[in-house]
Amino acid sequence: MIAGAATARRLSTGRLLLLAPALVVGALMLAPLVYLVLRALQADAATILALLARPRTLQLLINTAALTAGVLALTTLIALPLAWITTRTDIGGRQALNLLAVLPLAVPGYVMAYALIGLSGNFGFMNQLFGWTLPRPQGWLGATIALSLYTYPYLYLNLRAALSNLDQTLEESARSLGCTPAQVFRRVTLPHLMPAMMAGWLVIGLYTIGDFGAVALMRYEVFSYALYLAYSAAFDRLYAAWIALILVAIALSVVWWESRLRANAHYARTGSGAGARFRRTELRPVARVAAWSFVALVVLAALGLPIAVLTFWLLRESFVPMLPDLLRAFGQSLSVAVPAAGLAVLMALPVAVLAVRFPSALSTLVNRLAFVGYAIPPLAFALAFVFLALQGARFLYQTHLLLVLVYALAFLALALGPIRAALYQARPSLEESARALGYGPIATFAHVVLPFIRRGVVAGFVLVFVIAMKELPMAFLLAPTGFRPLAIQLFSRTSEGMLIAAAPYAAAIVLFSGLTVGFVLRQEKRLD
Amino acid sequence: MTLTRTSIFALAAFAATPLTAQQLTLYSGRGETLVAPIIQAFEQETGITVNVRYAGTSELAVLLQEEGDATPADLFWGQDPGALGAVIDQLAALPEDMLGKVPSAYRDNEGRWIATSGRQRVMVVSTERVSDDELPASILDLTDERYQGRVGWAPTNGSFQLHVTAMRHELGEEATREWLEGMIANDPVAFPNNTAIVQGVGDGEADFGLTNNYYLGRFLMSAPDFPARNTTFEDGDIGNLLSVAAIGITAASDQQEEAEQFVEFLLSPQAQQFFASQVNEYPVSHSAILRPDQPAMEALEASAPGIDLNELGDLEGTLELMREVGLL
Repeated sequence: MIAGAATARRLSTGRLLLLAPALVVGALMLAPLVYLVLRALQADAATILALLARPRTLQLLINTAALTAGVLALTTLIALPLAWITTRTDIGGRQALNLLAVLPLAVPGYVMAYALIGLSGNFGFMNQLFGWTLPRPQGWLGATIALSLYTYPYLYLNLRAALSNLDQTLEESARSLGCTPAQVFRRVTLPHLMPAMMAGWLVIGLYTIGDFGAVALMRYEVFSYALYLAYSAAFDRLYAAWIALILVAIALSVVWWESRLRANAHYARTGSGAGARFRRTELRPVARVAAWSFVALVVLAALGLPIAVLTFWLLRESFVPMLPDLLRAFGQSLSVAVPAAGLAVLMALPVAVLAVRFPSALSTLVNRLAFVGYAIPPLAFALAFVFLALQGARFLYQTHLLLVLVYALAFLALALGPIRAALYQARPSLEESARALGYGPIATFAHVVLPFIRRGVVAGFVLVFVIAMKELPMAFLLAPTGFRPLAIQLFSRTSEGMLIAAAPYAAAIVLFSGLTVGFVLRQEKRLD
Repeated sequence: MTLTRTSIFALAAFAATPLTAQQLTLYSGRGETLVAPIIQAFEQETGITVNVRYAGTSELAVLLQEEGDATPADLFWGQDPGALGAVIDQLAALPEDMLGKVPSAYRDNEGRWIATSGRQRVMVVSTERVSDDELPASILDLTDERYQGRVGWAPTNGSFQLHVTAMRHELGEEATREWLEGMIANDPVAFPNNTAIVQGVGDGEADFGLTNNYYLGRFLMSAPDFPARNTTFEDGDIGNLLSVAAIGITAASDQQEEAEQFVEFLLSPQAQQFFASQVNEYPVSHSAILRPDQPAMEALEASAPGIDLNELGDLEGTLELMREVGLL
């Protein structure tokens, strides 16, 4: 009895330690929502109603739903086999394959779109380089393919973390009880992958709902079109606030649905005894060829195409004189992306532990709020912090620090997914033993939990880092004046139609992000 | 210890130094590659440092709206007068003698923005799939069925929307609606921006494209065999609209004088020549020697419909019309 009460008290200390930072994160997420409501209320109701109650609005919403469904299906078809091949089979060069699978995230959206469009046409680079003319991808299919090719790594990274942490004894037990491999996959592996799967879907779904660039180039009109027009054509912050709120409502309903599915599910192993040693499936020759072909197809489409188009542009003009400038811009990009990724991970940890270890109405609320930053369209999110800083913290306005904070909040959801999925597979009993043996909550976390969820933490860091390297609208508004990271330099050229002058910057984003991600993954391996 | 003391002294000395070097903050919607050289020239000539925030013109306009009087910007330089119109209440009146340097059609009636360079709406055509006798005399002819599925445009682009505003002003609401509906019925190819239009005409996605004059030059600079050329409609046609990039000084700036110096510099013969020869644009305040592939100023002025940009303030009406015909 007494021991039980002491444990409960210790647990509640742990809970409080988590709750404070998690609540701060939640409050920071609420601030931009308040700003949007404030702006929306300034708008004239009749005008807004007339703008929104058009048949076209419904059509745009239907298109958005169709696109989201398409992208989720295609990214799953790419990411699930890919993650299984790189974690569970004895295919060679896993480290390199892993990097290649993640790298499409580093490709700036417009490069991917131009690459796909460049496939077609008589002055397209495919025709110039190889003499191939292919049909131009466009509409729903074109947009689905373009978005899937650079968002699938979100799902891949989540699934990879889950697959490598999943206790294989469960699968072996199922097999020994007479399940066929397919049954094992469906009844044991897949249900255990669901948290990771849903975390990936959520991030990709939200990205798809908010994306404007790829859909515009593919001429597929979705709801985010309306937002783009409100800001860029009409300079209308008030109508834009309404559209942003609708987008947030759609996004949060998806978040709500996801967390309902996640609730009450049990994923960690509970039995006593050690987990099995990690075992990889040996591929037979036919399967090996099939696996390699699949990997090659994905890498060629998602990475080969954009690299081909960049190479094509780079070869047209020497970029050597630009090298010092490129390096300086890269340094500036790093100076934001690295601390932002670190901060996002630090913020995600208490939120994730709270969700997994101390489920309650409050922890659910904080976990849903964590997605607000990612769900609010970036321009609206940045404007909210312009407003907040000018009202309450002038000294922070257009400083490096504010940009880092805003990036961390905006991309928190990306870090949260893999960390939460990894925690679901960590055994609470281990932590309880550590506590019973006298470890405090922080020591338990540092020595027991953190080593177990390290892959999830690394995945979260990488996701935030890579997106921060190429982010634009928030940097436009919040970066210190005169701050010119790679992404802004890139835009300064593409916006004027100077695609070839822009190529070294785009290539630098892909290359430097690749090197950094490679370095992080290497460190991860060394720790294994 | 000595080191610490030295650094404290150094810091104190640094803090005590009055900011003798003057600094201006410029929000530039114009791309860095294009305008950085001319800004550097200004810095060398005057000793004034210009801190530039490069971003999209529309992002900067909404940023200025959000900042209001608290804006750190002294100047806002945009791709089109519409963006300056969106923040017109935050701009200060420019001095009369400066305004007098450009024709009244290319500055705000109340002197709050002024053009820095001109650009023309043109039709880029494929050199491979379009013959001279296929060229329409007027932009209105593009609704003809022989252009079906062949014309590229960018309905979400600011320059295109300004063009539609000009058509409403010149031809009236109904005629513009008819033209838009005729175009839509003719199955045009919609691009997200001007660069994509030029690229699309080169790639064979469209044979004709409604765009601004200077984009093609960027493609030709890197690929001289790029299979497209710019054409204009017959003289005076509304299709040949002249527009401008424009700049204004914020009312919140406490460095009006230095900011004016900067605008003056952009209107100087040196800067105007720079826009003409390096950016493929047209001078607005002084004559300049144009690139050989650009039409002469006389020809340009003869072909343009002669519209005062001040008359084109009704962007809202244009967006409404475009929504009504289902384009937005």
